Amino acid sequence: MTARLGLAVALASSMLCILALASLAIGAKSLPLGEVLAALTGDASDVANEIVAMRVPRMLLAILAGIGFALAGAVMQAVTRNVLADPGIMGVNAGASLAVVLCVALTGMAQPMTLVWAAMGGALVTGALVQIFSSLGGATALRLVLCGVAMSAIAGGAGWAVTLSDPDLFRRVLVWGAGSLIVTDFEPVRAVAPFVLAGVLLTLVLGPRLNAIALGNDLARSLGVGIAGTQMAAAASVVVLAGAATSATGPVGFVGLLAPLAARAVVGVDQRAILALTALLGPVLLLSADLLARVVLPQGEAPLGIVMAFAGAPVLIALAYRIGDL
Amino acid sequence: MSVIIASPAGGIALKTSRRRLLAGIFLCLAGLGIGIWTLASGDYPLTFYEILDVVRGGGDETARMVVMEWRLPRFLAALVAGAMLGLAGALFQSVFRNPLASPDVMGFDAGAHFGAVVAMLVFGGGFFLVAGGALSGGAVAALAVYLFVARGLSGFRLIVVGIGIGQLFFAASQWLLLQAGEEAAVAVASWGLGSLNDMDKSRLAYLGISAVLLVPPGLLLARSLRQLELGDAIARGTGLDPGRTRLSAILVGLALSALVTALVGPIGFIALVAPQIARRLTADGDVALVHAALAGSILLGASDLLAQKIPSGMPLPVGVVTLVLGGLWFFWLLLRSGRVGTS
Repeated sequence: MTARLGLAVALASSMLCILALASLAIGAKSLPLGEVLAALTGDASDVANEIVAMRVPRMLLAILAGIGFALAGAVMQAVTRNVLADPGIMGVNAGASLAVVLCVALTGMAQPMTLVWAAMGGALVTGALVQIFSSLGGATALRLVLCGVAMSAIAGGAGWAVTLSDPDLFRRVLVWGAGSLIVTDFEPVRAVAPFVLAGVLLTLVLGPRLNAIALGNDLARSLGVGIAGTQMAAAASVVVLAGAATSATGPVGFVGLLAPLAARAVVGVDQRAILALTALLGPVLLLSADLLARVVLPQGEAPLGIVMAFAGAPVLIALAYRIGDL
Repeated sequence: MSVIIASPAGGIALKTSRRRLLAGIFLCLAGLGIGIWTLASGDYPLTFYEILDVVRGGGDETARMVVMEWRLPRFLAALVAGAMLGLAGALFQSVFRNPLASPDVMGFDAGAHFGAVVAMLVFGGGFFLVAGGALSGGAVAALAVYLFVARGLSGFRLIVVGIGIGQLFFAASQWLLLQAGEEAAVAVASWGLGSLNDMDKSRLAYLGISAVLLVPPGLLLARSLRQLELGDAIARGTGLDPGRTRLSAILVGLALSALVTALVGPIGFIALVAPQIARRLTADGDVALVHAALAGSILLGASDLLAQKIPSGMPLPVGVVTLVLGGLWFFWLLLRSGRVGTS
């Protein structure tokens, strides 16, 4: 078991490294790998140095957001014992992005740090609402999904209404709203990184407790694990992770669905192993999607959210087909 | 349209039909109220008597222009499109025996939208091409959903597969729009949210023709659907072919919602909410197609009125309003019935 986990982690880490390098090399002006490596130590031509310097923040942001979305999904799935729990499907991302749109609309120009706080606020409110409404009358898988659908609709509609209130805002938010990673400086990275780090640490602490929760609430209680406390801590980590990630890339769905799903398929049921592998697979997924988004259109870039939807929606359908009726 | 069911207890049937009549009258009055409000209010306010004058063929030039050219076509479009959506939703909900089965939740509207976008961007548009594109897109989405849920049409799988298919088609439409270049994308984007803002008389005419062709066949299915809801065996006993009834209801429902999508854009939640309101109003647990269509008209009319009333820098598409209202309805539904999750 541990050998398998070790192998999976090693494989995922090397994939992550390769993709990170590829993400520095590939783009509107592609560079050979040797030049990228040289540029990282500052030895390449001025043009190459500059291009790589512009791509580094984007690569880092993709990794951070990938960790955020994926771990948030893994924690939600563990706590709700529902494989369909994903911050996108549950409406948390939509709430976070509504808050970001509102923040930009009200304050005009917004600093990345302000946006992170706004996004976490939005994630907190929508996450709490979905949790409350889905648990009334017994939380079933369908109730959870329906609450997510309702929340996404409300937050999405309100977001459109706010966006359309100001043509200038419309143009600025349109790109971000479809999910994108178009950044060229380190400011968003600096704003998002501490929160993702805090979320990761919180999740690490939660690992053993999530294992107990997976056995059912009664059994977990008899093992001495506080249900309410664990759920609160898990919710806090979801809010921080999904909020920070959404503020970085806009609402990108399905990362939180796919990465934990793949991790579970490889390492089995131990939540600690799932969380570790998910934290690697999330960035792998988002970096690949971002690479695809860069090269797939003849000119310009495709929004990340659309690329992820093409990858994620078929898996969602297959999942629903396989689980059948819950 | 209160068909009295043959029933041994004639009194009950009569009482039911009276309740249906009252519910219908209530819906019509509500629609009339919203209509007067829509025609009267705006940047150029009119009194009730001024509107009456204009409708009778009098009134001054400006008032005529405002009512006949701008406000009335838009309101009529809301009524017709709303009725078509409400009826489509009622047909699907009856056939699938699932209160959540509506063309928006199941992804059919996203498919129709994709087909219409293809027709517009690739083949250049024109009503018949766009309508054909929407019809085929909706049919493909429906077929895909059907293939995946054929083993059981009950709640969970139907909804989740529908969400997945919807997301896929939505992403595909966005994709096409991005490749089309900015100008086309912006033009199609406002329609992509579902809007009555630039409703003109020719589109209203197409909408009216679609309704005239499709609403009567839909309403005529009421009786067969009522028998079908008693179960296939009983329905067959009364000489009904369940498969054929289901297929015709699905086809009419698909055509209704796809044509609305082609002409007005994908408008969410009307098809979901209107039949539920109709069933609550008639309260006899029976198919209520006419009431669903009326409720759809009123919902879309009221939503469009709200869209015009909310102050905004750019005109607000009605689809945005129905999205928020529909989401709130969903929450209310979940709150009210603890059992909807297990349906």
